[in-house]
Formats: sequence, structure tokens, C-alpha cells
Amino acid sequence: MNEAWLIVMLAALVISAALVVMMRDLLKACIGLALVSGILAVVMYMLGAHLAAVFELSVCAGLITVIFVSTISMTKVLTKQEAEERERKRRKRFRYLPIALLLVLALCLSVLLPFLNGPLTRLLPVLDPESAGKEMIWNLRQTDLLAQICIVLVGVYGVLIFFKKEGAEK
Amino acid sequence: MTSVFALFLTAAALLVTTAVYSLIITRNLMRILLSLEIITKAVSLMMICVGYVTDQMAAAQSYAITIIIIEVMLLVVSVGIVFGVYRQNGHLNTDDLNNLKG
Repeated sequence: MNEAWLIVMLAALVISAALVVMMRDLLKACIGLALVSGILAVVMYMLGAHLAAVFELSVCAGLITVIFVSTISMTKVLTKQEAEERERKRRKRFRYLPIALLLVLALCLSVLLPFLNGPLTRLLPVLDPESAGKEMIWNLRQTDLLAQICIVLVGVYGVLIFFKKEGAEK
Repeated sequence: MTSVFALFLTAAALLVTTAVYSLIITRNLMRILLSLEIITKAVSLMMICVGYVTDQMAAAQSYAITIIIIEVMLLVVSVGIVFGVYRQNGHLNTDDLNNLKG
């Protein structure tokens, strides 16, 4: 793995996340979030987590962006004066973010790194890399699959409740 | 290996700092959801990194996929709640959401 590329990708990840929270336009912020997901998927692929990378790219960069954009399209657009007023307030509020980021970066580089010089312990036995992914998901982590199905059903039920309420009010 | 772990830990810390800062100062419900998304991305990043460092990528991928599923469902339900709040009040500003205040 090329560490230089990894550093570039991680820097791009942090910068794009900072841009997402600082952007005035919500629509552009959502597209920025899709960019964050895309970069994260590339990082996952570089580390060898191909299955998780595909999930991240399709679900997080695709589905979540669609959900966000469709929700934003249902809300009203601000007038130019309101937008300028809010932009001024937002800029004032975010003036400490670069300082906070620099402080955390300095803290990580100076305090955390010396503690990470020792070898990291391996907690679980290593599986055969060829079949490890499939075996882990379908044979060893079946309870996770059941929980995921339950979570999806709960989400569907929640969405149905909200849309049913809307229909009843009309 | 260790340097890679430190690198990822730093990136995840920066992501969480960005999101928590935004969570503290923002008043818009949609922006709060965006910040929560960034925090879950930091968690996914650390999960995959730990899998890489400890040579347990299969388990890490399994957990990461579970996190992604939970993240999406959380977002879908949250967006539904946010939309309900918007229909009820006509805005998403948390400062003015005081309907339940006694």
C-alpha cells in the first residue's frame, strides 16, 4: 500500500468533511457528504476492505444522498436577504473550527503517537483471506444478519408511519 | 502498521472534532444529521483500520457493513422525524422548537 496516497486521501477526507459542515447551501453540503463517502470508499479499498467499500459507495454515497436531496427539495428556499444574514452568522460561528482542528491535530501528534509505538495485539485467529469475507458474514456472523434485517424492517415501519400520518391529515 | 494506525486515529479524531463542533454550534436539524453522518464515517474508518492492523479484515468488514446498515436506517427515520417537524412548524431551527415547553 502506498502510504503517501493514503495520507493524501485522509487529508482530502478531513478537508471535505470540514467543507460539508461549513457550506451555506444545504444541497451542496449533501453533495459534499457524497464526496466524503466516495473518498472513504477509496480508503477502504486501499486497505483491502473491498466489500465494505462497495457498500459505502453504493449505500452511503448513493442512497443517503438521494434521501437528503429529496428531503431538502421539500423544504422552502430562503430569500436572498435571509440567506445573506444566515451566511454572516455562520461565518462568525465557524471561525474557531480551524483552531479546534489544529489543536486536535497537535494533540494527536504529540500525545497519542508515543503511546502507539508498541506492537498491537491480535485478539482473534486469522482466517484464510480467500474465503474469510464470505465465511465471516454468512457463517460466523449470522446474528448480525438477523439484526440487520430487523433494523431494515424497523426503518421501513418508521417510514410507513410517517407517510401514513401525512395521508390521514390530508 | 503502527504508523498507519496512528495516521487513521488522527484522521478519525479530526473528523469527529469537525462534526462535534458543527453539532454544538448549528441550529438546523438537517445540518445536525449531516454532522452525525460524519461521526459514523469516522467510526467506519476506524473499524476498517483496526481490521487492517490486526489482520482481521473479514470481521472488520462485517462490522462496517452492520454500521452502514444502522447508519442508513437511522438516517431514514431521522429524516422522517425532521420532515414531520418541518410540516408542523414550517422551519427546522432548533431554537424555536419549543412546542412541548410547559
